[in-house]
Amino acid sequence: MPFPYASPEQIMRDRAEYARKGIARGRSVVVVQYADGILLVAPNPSKALHKISEIYDRIGFAAVGRYNEFETLRQAGIRYADVNGYNYNRNDVTARALANVYASQLGMIFTDSIKALEVEIVVAEVGETSDQDQIYRLTFDGSVFDEQGMAVIGGQSDTVATRLKERYRPGAPLADALDAALSALTEPGGERPSAAQLEVAVLDRNREHRKFLRLSGPRLERLLTPAQPAAPETPAAPTTPEGGPKPPPTAPEGDIDTGSEPPL
Amino acid sequence: MASQQAWMNNLFTNTGSSSFTEFLRGYAPEMLPGNRDALPAPVGEQIPHATTIVAVTCAGGVVMAGDRRATSGNMISNRDMEKVFRTDEYSCMGIAGTASTGIEMARLYQVELEHYEKLEGRSLSTDGKANRLAAMVRGNLGAAMQGLVVVPIFAAYDEKIGGGRIFGYDVGGGPYEHQLYHSIGSGSIFARGSLKKLYRENAAPDEAVLTVLQALYDAADDDSATGGPDVTRKIWPVVAVITDEGFRRLPDEEVTAAVETLLAGRMIDPDGPTAPLR
Repeated sequence: MPFPYASPEQIMRDRAEYARKGIARGRSVVVVQYADGILLVAPNPSKALHKISEIYDRIGFAAVGRYNEFETLRQAGIRYADVNGYNYNRNDVTARALANVYASQLGMIFTDSIKALEVEIVVAEVGETSDQDQIYRLTFDGSVFDEQGMAVIGGQSDTVATRLKERYRPGAPLADALDAALSALTEPGGERPSAAQLEVAVLDRNREHRKFLRLSGPRLERLLTPAQPAAPETPAAPTTPEGGPKPPPTAPEGDIDTGSEPPL
Repeated sequence: MASQQAWMNNLFTNTGSSSFTEFLRGYAPEMLPGNRDALPAPVGEQIPHATTIVAVTCAGGVVMAGDRRATSGNMISNRDMEKVFRTDEYSCMGIAGTASTGIEMARLYQVELEHYEKLEGRSLSTDGKANRLAAMVRGNLGAAMQGLVVVPIFAAYDEKIGGGRIFGYDVGGGPYEHQLYHSIGSGSIFARGSLKKLYRENAAPDEAVLTVLQALYDAADDDSATGGPDVTRKIWPVVAVITDEGFRRLPDEEVTAAVETLLAGRMIDPDGPTAPLR
């Protein structure tokens, strides 16, 4: 039986749709700046299979989608960072370079393989000061987005991002940033995930050596509790940070590049 | 550039190992120390040598200190060298022997521990860490035969026993676990004699810091390759304390205070504190 002709556009669209469907099944992950660094929050009941991880001294990684696929990316990122840090110097490992490595790998798989990777990832680097913090979001087709202050990946990323923008204030202390992230991840009227259902980590610029720190157990509980009494009162006027246009993706424009369309 | 390609192309390969050294050996062997062509002639004293390191266990942890001198033959090639390295949150190592090879080994070892921890999501056990270092020392045996000898000392806080542990090595590897205290390097004979008399079991960490400083002073007193406290330049030994709170390199002020206590005592009795006869 002869294959029907499929145009390249059609093939790309199909692949993108397939990847988006896969990603949309998972829950969202929020990466947001706070006063002392960058906070990464993922609803994740598993203690063994991490969605958030440390890559290097200042660099963290968050992912949604297929576990085996982003785990390979995570390990490759650690190898890349460790080889470069060993070969040159620890300061020479940057999130930007790592994002480029990921972008080329994701892009190559998207065009060359039958199936795109069903993943969306964030590479975050904490700087000396908050204006040196960097958050890169990468989609399944290898597009890189240089995000300002916050990034949301995963299934309902658009709705979660809208809710997050309402609550988020630049330079908020950790507990407030976590509160904002959780209210964004919780559907209106829904119940917030408990500490056991959460995977939370920070890149804290005030830490020595390695900035990445997982928050769990009593420490996380303490952070979560003071937020509860504050929750009923509606947050003061939603101070949306810079409603300006989003920075353009680094990949060519086109309908496959947005990566954050509402789930189908 | 070809080598750059080899490892870059294999970043996404499942190597089946969480070891950084294994990854380099497979895809970028030229980056590994000791993987060099044989030297035309053994190097002797021309290359700087790092000297004395001492480590003692204390209540709830371990203390390591190293002098600051590096020598090439009879010349002092460096008077403020650092030979005690933090290897991860709960461990550190000191080096004696060829300085350059030792620094390279410490750097690789740091990455090795961290790489495993990040990939596996857990730290190696203390014994696992000590064995990894043994493999690295053994890997250097060929170079050691050519004169690039390096012998490390490893100390860690072990969560399982809630206290410090010390491991020694020889050029062929090891590890040899040492109870209570150990020292390596050219001044180690004198340092060990001093430690034997001054070591107090379960001493508080700040007491143990004085003990190691006294031992280093005694080593510097009798070994020309070990540097004593440099009073005019204010260069003091590097002192690291590891407890359940993690690795802490003592800040200059704390070491200054301890060294001043030591020097004040030595002004009165140059041979330092004496142990009771019976």
